[in-house]
Amino acid sequence: MLDCKHNTELLSQSYDRPITLRERIAMRMHLLMCRGCRNFEKQLAFLRKAARELPRKL
Amino acid sequence: MSDIDPEALQAHRSHLIRYAMLQLRDPNLAEDVVQETLVAAIESRAKFAAQSSPRTWLVGILKHKIIDLLRKRAREPQLNVAEGEDENELVDALFKENGHWADPPQSWNAPEQSLENAHFWKIFEQCNQRMPLNTARAFMMREFMDMTTDEICQELGISSTNCWVILHRARLALRECLDMNWFGNAR
Ligand SMILES: [Zn+2]
Repeated sequence: MLDCKHNTELLSQSYDRPITLRERIAMRMHLLMCRGCRNFEKQLAFLRKAARELPRKL
Repeated sequence: MSDIDPEALQAHRSHLIRYAMLQLRDPNLAEDVVQETLVAAIESRAKFAAQSSPRTWLVGILKHKIIDLLRKRAREPQLNVAEGEDENELVDALFKENGHWADPPQSWNAPEQSLENAHFWKIFEQCNQRMPLNTARAFMMREFMDMTTDEICQELGISSTNCWVILHRARLALRECLDMNWFGNAR
């Protein structure tokens, strides 16, 4: 069973490399049960979006 | 075309300096690289006509200049990504020994609206500057310059695993900083 620390690593890596099916399933299972990681997942998406907009906002 | 005479280019200077500072954190290097960008822009301004916005065009040139500079510096031995940075301190603080959150992330209120708020971008910039230099550098190559992890590894001379670890650390740090300083979940 994936813990939060490793789950956040995988969530982050999903922005940097292709994630395997097995990894994806493990993440989904964890996210179903963990509100902290669900918040983290949304926030990662927001960070990506914000960082990509930064050059236009400075 | 009227927008890109040399004087108008100078008007974009402070924006470009801020952009370069985020990557380089060195006022002299930032100054140099922006100067080169403006010179290149003036020399090639005939090509500008088809571009939509002078700023986007300038930032495009600046990105290339920064990448060239980082590439040169990456070959110098002092750019060692793990050097002098306590990489595990943050991760140890965020997670308990059993791998669970020490303090699980709370949801953020209306994050999309923040993107329209000038003060948010100030905080975002400050949070970036607070990251250890080489962590920030890898993160910005990935997110601002839209380089692939393979390209970043190559530029920094590190393994892809190391690269993922650094990028993850950058996101944890940035999330934490925004959480405390913007979204008001002070601990
Ligand atoms: Zn979790």
